[in-house]
Amino acid sequence: MRAIDLPPACGWLIGGEWRAHPGRLVVAVLAIAVGVALGFAVHLVNTAALSSFARAVGSVSGTADVQARSISPRGVDEALYPRLARIPGVATVSPVVELSGRLPPREAGMGGQRITVLGIDSLRAMAATPSLLGMPVGNSGRDLALTDGIYLSRAAMVAAGASPGKTVRIVAAGVARDLRVAGVLAGAGEEAMLGVLDIGEAQWRFGQLGRLQRFDIKLDEGADRDTVLARLEATLPAEAEIVRAEDEASRSASLSRAYRVNLGMLAMVALLTGGFLVFSAQSLSVARRGPQFALLRVLGMRPASLRALVLLEGAALGLVGATLGVAAGFGMAAGVLAILGGDLGGGYFRGGSVPLNFDPLAAAGFAALGLAVAVASSWWPAATAARAQPAVALKAGVEAGDPRDRWPAWPGAALLAGGGLAALAPPVFGLPLLGYAAMALLLAGGVVIMPWAARALFGPLRHLRWPLPVELALARLWGAPAAAAVALSGIVASTSLMVAMAVMVTSFRGSVDEWLGQLLPADVYIHVEGTEAGGLPRELQARLAAIPGVRSVAFVRQLPIKLSPDAPAVVLSGQPVRADPAAALPLIGATLPVPTGAVPVWVSEPMAWLNDIEAGDRITLPLVGPVFVAGIWRDYARQFGAVAMDEADFERLTGDTGKTEAAFTLDPGQDAAPVMRAVRAALPEGVREQTIIAEPRVMRVQALAIFDQSFMVTYALEVIAILIGLVGVATAFSAQTLARVREFGVMRHLGVQRAQIGWQLASEGAALGLLGALAGLSLGLVMAQVLIQVINPQSFHWTMETRLPWGLLTGLVTALVVAAAGTAVLAGRRALSGEAVLAVRDDW
Amino acid sequence: MRLLLLLALLLGTPLAAQDFTPVQPGRVMAFPADHGAHPDFRTEWWYATGWLTTAGGEKLGFQVTFFRSRVGDAAGNPSKFALKQVLFAHAALSDPKLGRLQHAQRIARAGFGLAEARTGDMALVLDDWSLRRGADGVMRTQVKGDGFALDLALAPSQPVLLQGRGGYSQKGPDPAEASHYYTMPQLKVSGRIVRAGKAEAVTGTAWLDREWSSTLLNPAATGWDWLGLNMDDGGALTLFRVRRKDGSALWAGGSYRSAKGELTVLAPADVRFVAARRWKSSRTGATYPVAPVVEVRLPGGVRRVPVTPLMDDQELDSRGGGGPVYWEGAVTVPGGRGYLEMTGYLTPLKM
Repeated sequence: MRAIDLPPACGWLIGGEWRAHPGRLVVAVLAIAVGVALGFAVHLVNTAALSSFARAVGSVSGTADVQARSISPRGVDEALYPRLARIPGVATVSPVVELSGRLPPREAGMGGQRITVLGIDSLRAMAATPSLLGMPVGNSGRDLALTDGIYLSRAAMVAAGASPGKTVRIVAAGVARDLRVAGVLAGAGEEAMLGVLDIGEAQWRFGQLGRLQRFDIKLDEGADRDTVLARLEATLPAEAEIVRAEDEASRSASLSRAYRVNLGMLAMVALLTGGFLVFSAQSLSVARRGPQFALLRVLGMRPASLRALVLLEGAALGLVGATLGVAAGFGMAAGVLAILGGDLGGGYFRGGSVPLNFDPLAAAGFAALGLAVAVASSWWPAATAARAQPAVALKAGVEAGDPRDRWPAWPGAALLAGGGLAALAPPVFGLPLLGYAAMALLLAGGVVIMPWAARALFGPLRHLRWPLPVELALARLWGAPAAAAVALSGIVASTSLMVAMAVMVTSFRGSVDEWLGQLLPADVYIHVEGTEAGGLPRELQARLAAIPGVRSVAFVRQLPIKLSPDAPAVVLSGQPVRADPAAALPLIGATLPVPTGAVPVWVSEPMAWLNDIEAGDRITLPLVGPVFVAGIWRDYARQFGAVAMDEADFERLTGDTGKTEAAFTLDPGQDAAPVMRAVRAALPEGVREQTIIAEPRVMRVQALAIFDQSFMVTYALEVIAILIGLVGVATAFSAQTLARVREFGVMRHLGVQRAQIGWQLASEGAALGLLGALAGLSLGLVMAQVLIQVINPQSFHWTMETRLPWGLLTGLVTALVVAAAGTAVLAGRRALSGEAVLAVRDDW
Repeated sequence: MRLLLLLALLLGTPLAAQDFTPVQPGRVMAFPADHGAHPDFRTEWWYATGWLTTAGGEKLGFQVTFFRSRVGDAAGNPSKFALKQVLFAHAALSDPKLGRLQHAQRIARAGFGLAEARTGDMALVLDDWSLRRGADGVMRTQVKGDGFALDLALAPSQPVLLQGRGGYSQKGPDPAEASHYYTMPQLKVSGRIVRAGKAEAVTGTAWLDREWSSTLLNPAATGWDWLGLNMDDGGALTLFRVRRKDGSALWAGGSYRSAKGELTVLAPADVRFVAARRWKSSRTGATYPVAPVVEVRLPGGVRRVPVTPLMDDQELDSRGGGGPVYWEGAVTVPGGRGYLEMTGYLTPLKM
């Protein structure tokens, strides 16, 4: 017997199958496409946003080889400049005064835009950072003297409504100065909000005499970078640090890490759901084509060829889905960037448009991922097709299996246990890789254990007394668990992942909301920017406290400090804590009694995590000295950590009495608006423009709006994924029902009414939907815990309290049950419309 | 004359003429104070040129220049960065084996000990470059650039030569167009140079020009030529002329000091540059009379001195740094050698 040619047989089989059941295949293809699109879009958006952010950073820093920067905005003593310049291997040191300032508002009553004001020595910048040199108007040469006025970047020029030759009022370091606009900073990027003036002028006009915030350093050509960096490190005082370009990049990368982790997670959800839909579609089509395959086998096709055929089908589905996904992903990325901006609405990257570049390598990568998922999902159906006994298959058609077979629980249980173990593992390379592995194992385990679970659940139910249709349904579900499992896998996979995501987002939002409430207990807050000049001085503090209607004011001083030379700075804040730590900070657990003589501090959760600090530890802080860690508090704002200490201790140990923030508690019944007006009026010009005055109510609403906006994409995609899951369930049911035409024929012959069969199908659907939804729900809740307890803390070093979105969960389960039952009935109606007699005759 | 007021061009100073100390005849030169800086004048330079001989007998030309330019007064600004003085330094090495100039430069605003031109005596530092006069009167300079470095000691062998009338040197028809100008010719050079990463000992003869002024060039001037020659017999010949657009001399001058020390100050009519062979730069397209014949009226009669360059291509293109294109190189004459500078041959120099 000669093996028949594979290609024509393939074309015939695949083509016929696809013509007969396009809907199912479309769903499988769509699922893959959504997964690929999501992953690719997240990647593109993130790459675009990061490069735009890097460009913005680059245009402010002017692409120096190395940058040294004071940790505090107050800067370092300018005497450091010649010491750095004399280090062997250093070609040029360009000293910089760097201030955060504000442009005049475009409209009265509005706040002006932020601008970075740089004071540079043009002759040094010429060598170290030529892009910071301005172009004077009407002159082809560069104005190296910078003697008169300020050069503005294009964006700043537009934002200020300024033009060369005119005067612009710049507020920085607590003073307002009218400066002539000398020209445009052609070398600054389009997005940069930047103004450059002479360093001597900047020091003088903005009260920075003797102080420098930054050094742009060019190395000798051929100098060993690491050696020179080590020399620089050795020369820098504690209040300055080396900033490498890659640090800035990684800092901006970690800024948007939350988005990448969460959206990457979502892409995984969609792709895996797609995989299960491919699996269920392929399983059903293999099962239904059992006789055809058997015929091919009888005609001489080898099992391996049959397996290859089914895998090829899967690959074709994957290819179409992946191609669609890449295209849709690019479109999605473009749309997201156009509507929400580079941070997906997170508010991290401000201003400017973000150009989008098609990344062929990433496109190929994500397409390959989609293809791999499709092929992998076809593996089991392919193996089933190859394994089938041609003789049995030819006769029986759908191979339902022997109801007496026992379905073992252990493979699923082992996978679930493996997932549990993986969740306990620490992060790998600072990433929660094993956490993701745990999610995948739990998902796989949950799906694999479904046949056993179906039996375990439906077995006992079978022995109770039910109306006939329900009894028939339970018998069927108990007897053919493999068929049930196919339908269940898609439901369980999509439901569990959706539930996990929804629970995590709800928990996160709830925790942030609660944290904001704890963090902002007062009635009015002010925050002073541009603290290069030292913030709010003592006498101003007294004046603010004396404003009518103000019961008390808590002043806060924030200061960045560095725990080690190579670690990012953490925020040290001096504020009233000692009297009532629990009221001042959102503490996790209780605050410890302070040993006599010790200086208590309270560290934020990320700082404790990153530096391995526990309550009760004694640590040493720069500027402050040895301290006692009295407690840990929750902080979602500063990823690198923060540490709070009492105002009195702070002033005593640092000698710094200026304040950067103030929280006003008002008299009972006092309206906030007049107090805010009075506070604004009390602030001197220069400070006023750089001070944000807000009510906590408004700040909270804003913060949550930003949160919701940033997760808006998540919500939208969740809805899409749930819909795809439901459609998948529907097609799986209709396929199975159609495949059971002969079964229904037999039952009609045995005297079962058509309506009763319809009820049976509805019961089957509802039971399966319910089982799938409940199983998905339980699995999802477990996976949510992995997200909340493992992946989020390992990614961001913060924890959150679990909160359940009851409404969403109830709705999801109901929708699944109704959709499953409904589609079962609809499919049954089609299956029962034919002649029962014909169906049976076909059988024998 | 030398590469004048390069910085004024570069830095678009906001200061007016009355902000500077004017150049006045009759001012008496005093040393070592006049070796040091004169920060109240608009600009000033320390300009060393000379011939070097390596141990292997190779002949090289070198040039080391420090400029000081007052670009602002930063009235009332107490900042140490307040822009007042800028220092600029330039160095070049003429190596016939290479066939073109190797050169380097430094520029910085004065301050913080990184860039300083001291008053009282010659002490200049500009990052890793320096020019200092020691207690023994020997001047030492260290400069380095891409692929070359100089570390030279310049020892005077003759008294200072005051140019013009006791150091007052007129540069144009208007007596206000003038500078304070003295020269130290016949300097004995010893030291080391680095070429292509290889250090070697050198000896030689050099020339140091010191000039400071507060006035700008005559508006009709488009460029100038300058020649300084150390004669083998110990004499020193200085010649310069300021050119109009048509190439004719707007002003000229110079001096001759014989080996015995007899000084002859040259009037405009005493100096003539006659172009002979020309060389066209393929780099910039400028054409220079690289081998002129100079005619000088000395007490003994008019002497015709044919000038031969060490190599033709001693052109410098400093447009990248905002400077001019000019030719400055080592030259020989029968019985002497020195440096020739020619500016304004590509585009008129505006100052």
